[in-house]
Formats: sequence, structure tokens, C-alpha cells
Amino acid sequence: MSTGYHIMVCAGIVPDPLQTLEPVETPAGPGLKNEMMLPAVLDPWASHALYEAANLAAKVAGSKVWLVSLGPKAKLQQVMMTIAQKVSFELVAIDAPGGAFTDAHAVAEVLSGAIQKIAGLDRSRLLLFGGWESASRGAGVTMQLIAERLGITDQFQGVDQLTAQAGGSFEVLERIEGGRHQVSVCAGPPALLGWATGSLPEPRNSPQIGMANMRTVMPALQKAEAAKLDSGSLRYRSVRPPQQQRQTRIVKDRPAKEIAKEIVEWIGAEGQR
Amino acid sequence: MTKSILFLAHVDENGESLPKSAYEVLGAALALAGKTQATLIVGLIGGEIAAAADTITRCGAAKILAVSGPEFASPRFASDAAAAEALCRAAGAELILAPATSRFQRALPALAHRLSGRVDTHVSSLALVDGAVCATRWFYRQRLEGQIQRDERPWLLLMDAGCHEPWNGAPGTATVEQIAVLLPETAQRSKVVGIRSPKTDAQTIRPEAELLFVAGAGWTKKQADGKPHPEVAETLILEFLAASKASLGGSKSLVDQSGENQAVLGFMTHLNQVGQTGATPRHPKGLSTCCHGEEPHVVGWRFINERRAINLDPNCGWARGKADVVYVADAFEVMKEVNALLRVPADAKLATASD
Repeated sequence: MSTGYHIMVCAGIVPDPLQTLEPVETPAGPGLKNEMMLPAVLDPWASHALYEAANLAAKVAGSKVWLVSLGPKAKLQQVMMTIAQKVSFELVAIDAPGGAFTDAHAVAEVLSGAIQKIAGLDRSRLLLFGGWESASRGAGVTMQLIAERLGITDQFQGVDQLTAQAGGSFEVLERIEGGRHQVSVCAGPPALLGWATGSLPEPRNSPQIGMANMRTVMPALQKAEAAKLDSGSLRYRSVRPPQQQRQTRIVKDRPAKEIAKEIVEWIGAEGQR
Repeated sequence: MTKSILFLAHVDENGESLPKSAYEVLGAALALAGKTQATLIVGLIGGEIAAAADTITRCGAAKILAVSGPEFASPRFASDAAAAEALCRAAGAELILAPATSRFQRALPALAHRLSGRVDTHVSSLALVDGAVCATRWFYRQRLEGQIQRDERPWLLLMDAGCHEPWNGAPGTATVEQIAVLLPETAQRSKVVGIRSPKTDAQTIRPEAELLFVAGAGWTKKQADGKPHPEVAETLILEFLAASKASLGGSKSLVDQSGENQAVLGFMTHLNQVGQTGATPRHPKGLSTCCHGEEPHVVGWRFINERRAINLDPNCGWARGKADVVYVADAFEVMKEVNALLRVPADAKLATASD
């Protein structure tokens, strides 16, 4: 492919997975206690999509990567300080409430609108990347709704591998049930790829990449448009953490042989002896 | 008030039945139709749907609609979305219930936009509150549970597996109303060319297994002699999987070690990963070994009914309050004895673990 791909990575921000999450009621609906104080990270599966995008762009000459991210501006700035050191991209920032309790349809409308406004974007070369689910809403629908709005008819979810082939086509491996992959061949862009983990490790921080990215990241953050999310009739009757404290029986100072016997009886595998 | 409900399903890979989770969603759809006095309509997609339709013909649905043919045999977004759209328009239902299979999780969300409706996924239960349908689903990767309502219709709800008793009535001979769908060229740019198993010698992920065996990073740490013994750990785990037919899950820290090309447990991949950034499989029983960490990691076995752990630290997040039983012991020693009881030949190969 001589002209390369235009790779649009959609990635939200989520609370660091190690944080304790406590739901609270706010005037705008459910939220998290001290939400603005919680350290944030780029959504894990979307991060994989970003790393895969950078890797693909490096292999296919003429390609370019955009990162489209929606969230509170202060949070976006915090996360970009780290992400900008990982891979090269041009940021498109949208200042809007993030979190799990926003509506995927509203988010998709805003993101697709932002993508359509990007100057120089060639939709015939577009590869729309994102995580197959977020670590917040976890619905796995936002990317499909964006693609539908952009008229993309080739969509893949749970992607672990994309291999460019001769003639502009590419092979895609998608996760399916039973720990297997479905193998498809797509004629070429435009296409949506919702990534699972892919196969690339997290890139090391590079000050050079960080310096280069910051020339565009800071202006993008400064001119980030505030967007209002219209969640329609979506209502939350309740939001709560699961109640699942168990009465744990502690077994100690027992020989391994006795413990093994109890486990074998419990799993019901005695018949295989 | 809901007047009609469409139960949407695709045939399984053999083309002779529906996926197990589809029968569960059918059970949920029938229960909801009973509560709301709504008419239930069935919509089927697949290459050949007659045999699958026969399995549910006595479920009490008002009619069975289908889109079938060779171009609808493979799970592909464009053809599946076109077929589902035709079925939804033909049925005209306010509520559309479907299983959250990988095939439908890929194809149905975009459909909500085409139908000017809304979609919600990973639904774990449905209820009727004050005459309105409510859906319960998880947020923040199984860490918060919410109950939602919407007024927009149609409302597509994709239900997770294991959340409802399956419908299991007797089969019969179904009368199916075929809906014609002409696929444009643009819907055939992608082709499914095969299925590939993970790069391991045999399959270690078994969704239908009775037991989930979770291996943590402790398997690769220094043992009592001051040295790590990953090769011993590998043999113990593989022998156990071969004998017990358990499904293998891995903690993030262990999986990441493999991904970083450290010679740890060669068979462990990201596909095995459970937890906040991995899978949350559903099995009747779970046994965690050498796992450490707090709440975010433990969501990996949120949907495991009976849980036991082998751990040197009885206060670990995987253990106290989360497991039914914690064995404070060395997992190497215990699993060696377990394997001896299961009488696995010493030279058992992973290949024998294949179902």
C-alpha cells in the first residue's frame, strides 16, 4: 500500500485499576466517590490498540496515527503526560464527562462527529481502532456505533492480530469462544478493529517521542471543545458494589496429602483414579 | 408496555443447534414475555437453520423468522448485521433479546443505530419494576452492579451466559418464515477463512469445564530452596489440567511475564488471563493457586460459584472473604499429591489434555 493508513484510535480514560471504587449519587446521576481525585490511566484495551496502531504505522509508509480521547480536560492532560512518551500520535481531545455511567450512544455521537471534522483525513484509508471493551462501561458497543455512523461496513472485535497483505488487503485474528481465533481477510480499509490485547508489550517511555508529541498535545488540549453528552432516557435505578463476603474456612497445619485428598473429592475427579 | 419481544439467535458452529447461551436467553425471554403478557417472536440467522429451529419450535413463540443461506453461515459483521436488521424490522418488536456471543457482540451494537434504538450488553438479569423493564449489568469490569431503564425502542439487550436457566423443551418440526436479504457487494468485502487455536500444543481454555484452575505468579517465584522452578510448575499444572479437564486461567502478573518473553510458563497467554483486564469466566468451581492481589484481580472469579484457594498467605485478597476454603500450604506439594491421586502418568503430554 503506497499511501498508507489513516489510523484513528479512540481511547477513553479510566481510574487506575488498583483504586477502590465506591459509587455515589451526584446531581448528574451515579458517579464515583472522589472521582476527580482518582489517578487515571488510558483504557487498557484501547492502549493496546494505540500500540498496535503505532506499530502498523511504522511498518506501512505514509501512515498516520490520531488519538481521539474524550474525558475531563484535567484528566486528559494527566494521562497524556505518560502516554505521549510511548508512541507518536496527533491528539484530538474532547472535554466531556468520562466514566462508566455516561451513555455509549452519546459518546459515539460526539466521537464520530469529532472524527468527521479532522482536516486531511482520508476516509478511504481509514482504520478505526479502539478497545473491544472499555474498563469503565465495559459495553463493547461504542466503537461499533462510531463505525456505523461513519459508514464502515467491515468490523472486527476482540482483535489480537492484523497482518497487512499484498494488494491492500489484511488478515485479522479475532477472539472467539473457547480461547480460539477466527481468521478473516478484509479487502482493505475502511474498517473497524476493536482490539483485545494484541501481542505487543507496552512501549518504554521515550523522552524524544514525548518532546515531539508535546508540540501537538498541549495545543490540542488547550483547544479541546467542551461536549455535552445526551444520554436520552437512560436512568439508573441503583448502582452498588456486589455483596459477596464469604465465610472463609482456613485450613492450615495439615499435610499436603490430606489437603490433596480433600481437593480431589471436592472437584469430583475421583472417578478418574 | 411491551407488546412484543424478539428472541434473536444464530446457529452454532455445527449448524444443528443454537449456542448453549441462546437457550438461556430464550428462557429469560419467555419469563419476561410471561410477566409482560408480550408476544414472543423468534429470529434465527445461519447457513442452515432448520435443525436449530426444530429444537425450539415448542417454546411457545408466536412465529419463527429466519434469514439463512450460505452467505450467512460464517460470523461476519456485514452479513450478520444485515440479517439481524431484516429480522428486527420484520418482527417490529420493542425488546430484542440476544445472547452475548462473540458473533452477536460484534454485529448487533451497530444495529441499534440503524433501528434508531438503543443497545446494552453484558446484561445479567431482567426484571419488571412498576411495569417497566429493568436490566442489570456490571460496570468497571464487574466491580459495580447497576440496574438501568430506557424508554427508547427498540431496546437491544445482549445477555451474558450463565445468567438464566436454559429453556429445554422437546424438539419438534418447526414452521419457519424465511426473510429474504440480498447482500450488496460492500457487505462481502470480508471473508472468514478459518479458525485458529492458540499457539499452544493443546487447548487449555475450556468454557464448559466444571473447574477453573487459576495459576498465579507465585508459581514462578523462588521456592524453599531459594530458586524458582518454573519447569516443575509447568509439569504440575499441565498434568493437573490433563487429569481434571479443568480450564486454565492466569493472573495478570503471570500472563504479563509470558508476554515479555520471559521463560516462565510457556502455555500461558493473554487468552488465559482473568481479572480486571482479562476474562471473567463462569464455571461451577474454581481453584486458585499461588495467586496474590486485592479486589481488582479477584474479579476474575466473581462468577465462580464454589471457590477454594491454595495460598501461603491466608489473608490474601484471593482468599479471605472471597474463597470458601483456603488451604495454607505449598501449592507445589499439594498439586503433586493431587496429581498422584488422579494417577496421571509421569510422561503425560499436554496433547492428552485436549478435549
